Amino acid sequence: MSKTVLDVKGLNCPLPILRAKKAIKELAAGGLLEVIATDPGSVKDFDAFCRQTGNELVSQTEAGGVYTFEIKKGA
Amino acid sequence: MTVANKSMSLIVTKGTLDWAYPPFVLATTAASMGLKVTMFFTFYGLTLLKKKLDLKVTTLGNAAMEMPMMGMHMAMPNLLGALPGMDSAATLMMKDLIKKKGIASIEELRDLAIDAEVRMIGCQMAMNLFEYQASDLIDGIEVAGAATYIESATQCDINLFI
Repeated sequence: MSKTVLDVKGLNCPLPILRAKKAIKELAAGGLLEVIATDPGSVKDFDAFCRQTGNELVSQTEAGGVYTFEIKKGA
Repeated sequence: MTVANKSMSLIVTKGTLDWAYPPFVLATTAASMGLKVTMFFTFYGLTLLKKKLDLKVTTLGNAAMEMPMMGMHMAMPNLLGALPGMDSAATLMMKDLIKKKGIASIEELRDLAIDAEVRMIGCQMAMNLFEYQASDLIDGIEVAGAATYIESATQCDINLFI
């Protein structure tokens, strides 16, 4: 399945979440979104966001201050 | 566990650049997490509904306000902060930091809140008090009083006063 990539590097709270929400809206159920962020606060925030919205945080990695989140849209 | 059918209300009472952030950040984030959000703008908060925003910040009476400067943090004594031009200097500096740090402008957050169908209510009493007309404020908002807010708040899971 193709994956949508959202680059929110350099953006601060709440923009990474708001942009991600918008991108998820465009996906079909089960669709994948990869979010690339530099805001350290986004680590806990994407966790909470996914938990509360019924989307699945498939993976979360960090490399050199860049955080990558893979989110699977819920049904 | 999702927040389907959850809701939040905020009373927004302050209209300076710094105080405008918490309500709009929380409202847009809550809306993005599926909450139904109502914002009630009263007193100086009402000015955040004006068509054209020109938000300012003042260092006066804000002893905790420290701005990052040359690797340090600098506070402004009231006596200096009261000098002509200090408010516009502080405002410029804050807006510059906001831009540099990738933080949304209040105009941007307000547009996002409107897009997310956040219900915005301007306080009729504050409009009468400060002599604002509906035509001074952005379209798509309601104008109502305390009872309207209270009715909305009784339905909400989270109620905040800012």
